[in-house]
Amino acid sequence: MDITHSEMLETIRMVQMENLDIRTVTMGISLKDCADSNFEKMNERLYKKITHYAKHLKEVAEQVEREFGIPIINKRISVTPIAEILGNCSVNEAIEIAKTLDRAAKDLGVDFLGGFSALVHKGMTKGDETLIEAIPEALSVTERVCASVSIGNTKAGINMDAVRKMGLVIKEAAEMTKDKNGLACAKLVVFCNPVEDNPFMAGAFHGAGEGEVVLNVGVSGPGVVLNALKRHPEADLGQISEVIKKTVFKITRAGELIGRVVADRLDVPFGIMDLSLAPTNAMNDSVAEILEEIGLERVGTHGTIAALALMNDAVKKGGAMASSYVGGLSGAFIPVSEDNGMIRGVQEGALTLSKLEAMTCVCSVGLDMIAVPGDVSASTLSGIIADEAAIGMINKKTTAVRIIPVPGKKAGEMVEFGGLLGRAPVMEVNAYSSDRFITRGGRIPAPLQALSN
Amino acid sequence: METKRAVVSVVGKDQIGIIAKVTSILASNEVNILDISQTILQDFFTMMMIVDVSNISSLEDLQAQLNELGEKLGLTIHVQLEEIFRAMHRI
Repeated sequence: MDITHSEMLETIRMVQMENLDIRTVTMGISLKDCADSNFEKMNERLYKKITHYAKHLKEVAEQVEREFGIPIINKRISVTPIAEILGNCSVNEAIEIAKTLDRAAKDLGVDFLGGFSALVHKGMTKGDETLIEAIPEALSVTERVCASVSIGNTKAGINMDAVRKMGLVIKEAAEMTKDKNGLACAKLVVFCNPVEDNPFMAGAFHGAGEGEVVLNVGVSGPGVVLNALKRHPEADLGQISEVIKKTVFKITRAGELIGRVVADRLDVPFGIMDLSLAPTNAMNDSVAEILEEIGLERVGTHGTIAALALMNDAVKKGGAMASSYVGGLSGAFIPVSEDNGMIRGVQEGALTLSKLEAMTCVCSVGLDMIAVPGDVSASTLSGIIADEAAIGMINKKTTAVRIIPVPGKKAGEMVEFGGLLGRAPVMEVNAYSSDRFITRGGRIPAPLQALSN
Repeated sequence: METKRAVVSVVGKDQIGIIAKVTSILASNEVNILDISQTILQDFFTMMMIVDVSNISSLEDLQAQLNELGEKLGLTIHVQLEEIFRAMHRI
């Protein structure tokens, strides 16, 4: 059956007026075969392999973007967690690798490269220790490299020694980029239950179970969902869920098609479609405003978690039918700095850190792009990470912390990060210490949920 | 040869000769029009055409010519491969 006039108009309206876009096409590249006892050789191989596979990524993505008339905002690369190939490298050599990755990303014209990562949810190898040690400087001297560290999962429990260490790493990274409001921390994610095929930054890496090269896609589209809901002001909550499902179905189908065409033209396998509503600072492109449209005066008030749970579930239901391979994080993101509605909620006192924590129980992914005062102690940051990790571990879901202790800033001030990272109000943290809890160290045992066999 | 179809959409303020000008660009690029529909809502003109672009080597070239016309007339003109509409609206 031919497409009708009104259907064509709907697609065009979604793109031109409601910010429908493909947030990212992310090429995952395995670097396992680049490992070498000779550092120079390894460093050179990394660059060559990445620039070989992703040589045409930007060009092809832009071509597809123009032919189909749907913008692809970011072109990204994810690589094998670098800690796994570090071997006997020194911290300085690890920093050199970060610079090489950054150079590759710049030469290819991709926006971000993720995978300066380590998985230490149960313990640390020498390579893991080296990588984590290198993170603060690596993120300060590079622009496009993103780092992530997995400190816990449902099957292993939480590595509290790593949690303690990450509090210190975040503090140091903020200090080293204090002239840029601690920007390095915006490129660092601490995970519980990370996924191996996530296309979104800063937490993307190319996991151990992945193939040589793959193309993953992340869609966006809070603006489209918001506008769809605005056309149904009298709908009850069951109908709201239905509207979201139908809208997300269409967005996802567009994303899947674009992803498959890009993968096909690059001659690499299509991996997964990540069904996440990812907000931007563009007008009305906000997850918070969807919750407010559902009926909350301000995001963060009572009812927020129920509305978020309803929305997140409807997104998954609509998307799951539209794509043959759903993966990644697939849910709603609630980054504060990248969502104008969230920023307003914080500024007007409706949304607090504790409420955000509670919200992460019902949606992906976690505390995202949260600015806190620069004088927050490392153990408080570790406490925040431990809480999020516990939520993820018990609920068998991904949780993450991307938090920026902004040097020299106090609660209530605003900080600018620029670009997609946006701007954030500095949020109050609990003034009481978690120090004794964090310094105990050790490992929180895997929960009963792990005993599923 | 497989036919490749695209949707040309024209949105903007109504004026005399829009269809003539758009279709003459299509004709000079050897693009055949398969279907055409237009509506006017409070001076707001929308036209959709389904066209055969099998003979076109680069859609970007055609888009550039249409952009130029769009700028002159104060209209937004897009050409997009039809598959995207199919993906979104048909199962």
